[in-house]
Amino acid sequence: MSEVVQPASLALAVSRPKTSPFDWRRAVPLLLAAPLLIYMLVFYALPVVAMLLRSVNDPTWTLSHYATLLDDVVFQKTFWITINTSVTVTLGCLILGYPVAMGLVRAKSMAPFILVVILLPFWTSVLVRSYAWMVLLGRHGLVNEALLALGMIDRPIRILNTPLATQIAMIHILLPYMILPIANALRQIDPSLIRAASGLGSTPFMTFRQVILPLSMSGVAAGTLLTFVLALGFYITPAMVGGPRDITLSMLIAQQVDQLNWAYAATLSAVLLATALAILAVARKLPGVGNAFRTSMR
Amino acid sequence: MTGMGTNGAGSGPVSGRGASVTLSNLEKTYDRANAAKAVDGVSLDIRSGEFLTMLGPSGSGKTTTLMMIAGFETPTAGDIAIDGKSVVAMPPYRRNIGMVFQNYALFPHLTVEENVGFPLKQRGVPKAERAKLVAEALELVHLPGYGARYPRQLSGGQQQRVAVARAVVFRPRLLLMDEPLGALDKQLRENLQLEMRRLHADLGITFIYVTHDQEEALTMSDRIAVMNDGKVAQVGSPEDLYDRPDNRFVAGFIGESNFLPAVVRGMEDNIVIAECEGALIRALCPGRPASGEKVTLTTRPERLRFADGVWAGTPPQNRLSVTVTEAVFAGERCRYMLQAGDGTSIVLKEPSSATIRRRAVGERAEIAWSVADTILV
Amino acid sequence: MMLGRILPASIVGLILFFLAFPIVVVAIVSFSSATYLTFPPPAFGLRWYEAYFSNPDWLKPTWVSLWVAAAVVVLATFLGTLAALGIARLPKGLRIVAASLILSPLIVPGIVVAIGIYYAYARYGLVGTPIAMVLAHTCLAVPFVVTSVTASLSGIDPRLEQAALSLGATPGATFFQVTLPLIQPGVLVGALFAFITSFDELIVALFISGTGAVTLPRRMWDDLRFQIDPTIAAVSTLTIVLTAALMGAAHLLRKRAERNRTAISSAAA
Ligand SMILES: Nc1ncnc2c1ncn2[C@@H]1O[C@H](COP(=O)(O)OP(=O)(O)OP(=O)(O)O)[C@@H](O)[C@H]1O
Ligand SMILES: [Mg+2]
Repeated sequence: MSEVVQPASLALAVSRPKTSPFDWRRAVPLLLAAPLLIYMLVFYALPVVAMLLRSVNDPTWTLSHYATLLDDVVFQKTFWITINTSVTVTLGCLILGYPVAMGLVRAKSMAPFILVVILLPFWTSVLVRSYAWMVLLGRHGLVNEALLALGMIDRPIRILNTPLATQIAMIHILLPYMILPIANALRQIDPSLIRAASGLGSTPFMTFRQVILPLSMSGVAAGTLLTFVLALGFYITPAMVGGPRDITLSMLIAQQVDQLNWAYAATLSAVLLATALAILAVARKLPGVGNAFRTSMR
Repeated sequence: MTGMGTNGAGSGPVSGRGASVTLSNLEKTYDRANAAKAVDGVSLDIRSGEFLTMLGPSGSGKTTTLMMIAGFETPTAGDIAIDGKSVVAMPPYRRNIGMVFQNYALFPHLTVEENVGFPLKQRGVPKAERAKLVAEALELVHLPGYGARYPRQLSGGQQQRVAVARAVVFRPRLLLMDEPLGALDKQLRENLQLEMRRLHADLGITFIYVTHDQEEALTMSDRIAVMNDGKVAQVGSPEDLYDRPDNRFVAGFIGESNFLPAVVRGMEDNIVIAECEGALIRALCPGRPASGEKVTLTTRPERLRFADGVWAGTPPQNRLSVTVTEAVFAGERCRYMLQAGDGTSIVLKEPSSATIRRRAVGERAEIAWSVADTILV
Repeated sequence: MMLGRILPASIVGLILFFLAFPIVVVAIVSFSSATYLTFPPPAFGLRWYEAYFSNPDWLKPTWVSLWVAAAVVVLATFLGTLAALGIARLPKGLRIVAASLILSPLIVPGIVVAIGIYYAYARYGLVGTPIAMVLAHTCLAVPFVVTSVTASLSGIDPRLEQAALSLGATPGATFFQVTLPLIQPGVLVGALFAFITSFDELIVALFISGTGAVTLPRRMWDDLRFQIDPTIAAVSTLTIVLTAALMGAAHLLRKRAERNRTAISSAAA
């Protein structure tokens, strides 16, 4: 059938007078996007790529910089600390974030208040929040004073400049990134499902286990991945409140740049970037995560 | 109307206040990969000042045709002429066509006044005159005094009126409407249908109206173009379509129809004689079907009568023996399901009246109807 | 039953306390009258705000930050809005490529972006100039503008633009009289995000602000290396108030735009 029809319609299409062979209106979207695309290429993408290339073309084309990482003790220790910190922080955020997300979704008159308490730190700069933890965790900081006053310790303990301080501050900073996607997912659960479950005699705990938790998993996955990827790249907080010897990958990279060791810095950057991208690539494959992820990135 | 209405398509061989529109072999394919045509060879002559309705099931290409007339879609093939001048290469903003969208598409950031004044502003009408014309247009749709409101402060029906006022304030010679009443409840629809008719009479411009509500089409239109699968199945006045459907699709889509399988036995002038369930049935037929050909005859349920009692013996008539299989009383009418011979089911609708005897299920009866109400499709 | 309610509520309360408390402490410390950092303050006063406002070493970076952020707002909002308009109409393949490039600063670790920019800008002698700060911060701010404008664009009924064209508005008039007013809240929100992104940014500033374009966060960072005196608390409190006010404004704008939209569609439905 279509063989018969096509030549006729083709002939008609060809015989129609065309205003011009090139319709400039089709190019408008690209023309609108072009200035920014060129800008981003010139001032951001090409610089980053040029820097990353130092990992394979310094002094000549070589993969030796990557090969040496395999028995580079400093790198391995740093990488491990970075992963370890990110995992700990992500778990901490999950444990603290889930109840708050539930509270946010369940609360009625309190919801705006809870939202502000979540968003206020979210909107405050990482630098200021890290500073706040310096104030709190210092030798004469509030936490030490409180512990002394309660008689739980008899001399100030060292919290600032330890991995614990980094973890506490990072959890504080990243918690909203965990709460918001989970709250999003919880909000989308049909309340009649929960009513139905309790109508069928489920205890609140069973309802949570069998209905709420499974249905909020996409939000949990999105929040977890987002938090983890962001934690991987943390620089300011560990540098300010962390221990002098517990350096993260970002800090090691900065150190190498200070020493103008570009090839090594570029290699480490490539590893850090590849790790983050690999996790995101996996994240996009998970059902439901891609969506929750996108909405929470706004 | 200074400086308006002559922009773009307004010039040319003008007849009357409404534009004439000619669609010739219009085709539209959205997707090159799957070559299904959304509009497939539509040819229509819409006369100046006519109220033409495009009626058809969902996906039959009504909106696509309208969008091509308005200039938002480019035809894959074919031509659109307004007042005899091809407009396919003309951008929508120069076509000078009024358009009412299904969800009204009122600008949420503008007041009613600014919405209605929008087309005038584009045409450079001075402020004072603009205010006067806007007031007139709001008067026309019975919404005077609503100018300062925002669209969100209006009900659905009021929003619809504003959309109409905005589409006619610049005196276009052609008004396109895509299911403008689709979002409203039944009562409001019926009121507004009357108002649209009145508006059409007042303005005297050409209306092309899209709906999938056949009752709406039948009550409002001068002519209806029934669309199916991207093609025009039939164009004609409401009476034409109802009484003389050209094909089975139109007969089935507009109103209710009985379809009787039959075999042609002969011709008398314009009347075909066909055998159906053992009886000879006469039907109107434009063509000349060959003897022995299998055909379908169609007739409307309310044109059938039980042949005993008052109707007995009034010629010329088709007659058929049937058995009542279902009888439903529906207030003003009784509705019967009948079975003829070996299984053709037939619907018959009879006005309910104390003088007419109601039939019982299982009863045998003879039905009769006029040859003029029988069409071969 | 009571316990079943009070227990979760108090846990949530504690976590919220954990979120808010550090910031509250900074604000309180900033009003301390003590000459050293201590909590709770022995008495309250504005001496640290005075210290801030009377010290050119603080005021100059503040002005640099404000000017850089203002320039970033202009550049990022202009480029980002144009691009968002274009990207929405690009064919799918190109759209994904363009969006990946533009949104990638959200995902690429800050240190990688920072040293990449440092590496290239140093070659062209840009390091230590406010221009370099503006150029770099614009890249970081643009994703927020593009996402915000794209979101408001996708909320616009395409029939509104068609309606404008059918009413005789040229494509240009349609853009300025219909599209732009409708996406305006999204553009404003994007601009606010752009401002805050630049105003709070530190990592890139650490590498490229040099000595000629020291921004406020950079100045705070340098100061923190030697001392944590309450001036920083005062500065922090001021920036918290500023960003919270801007973010609150953004939030209200978004809410209002949403309300507009839903009111219309529910009346038409
Ligand atoms: N923008 C588009 N892209 C691709 N296909 C389209 C597009 N618009 C319509 N179609 C297809 O073209 C055909 C005709 O659609 P059209 O909207 O014209 O139908 P319609 O008669 O207006 O239907 P309805 O009564 O549901 O509004 C349908 O098969 C539809 O799927
Ligand atoms: Mg349609």
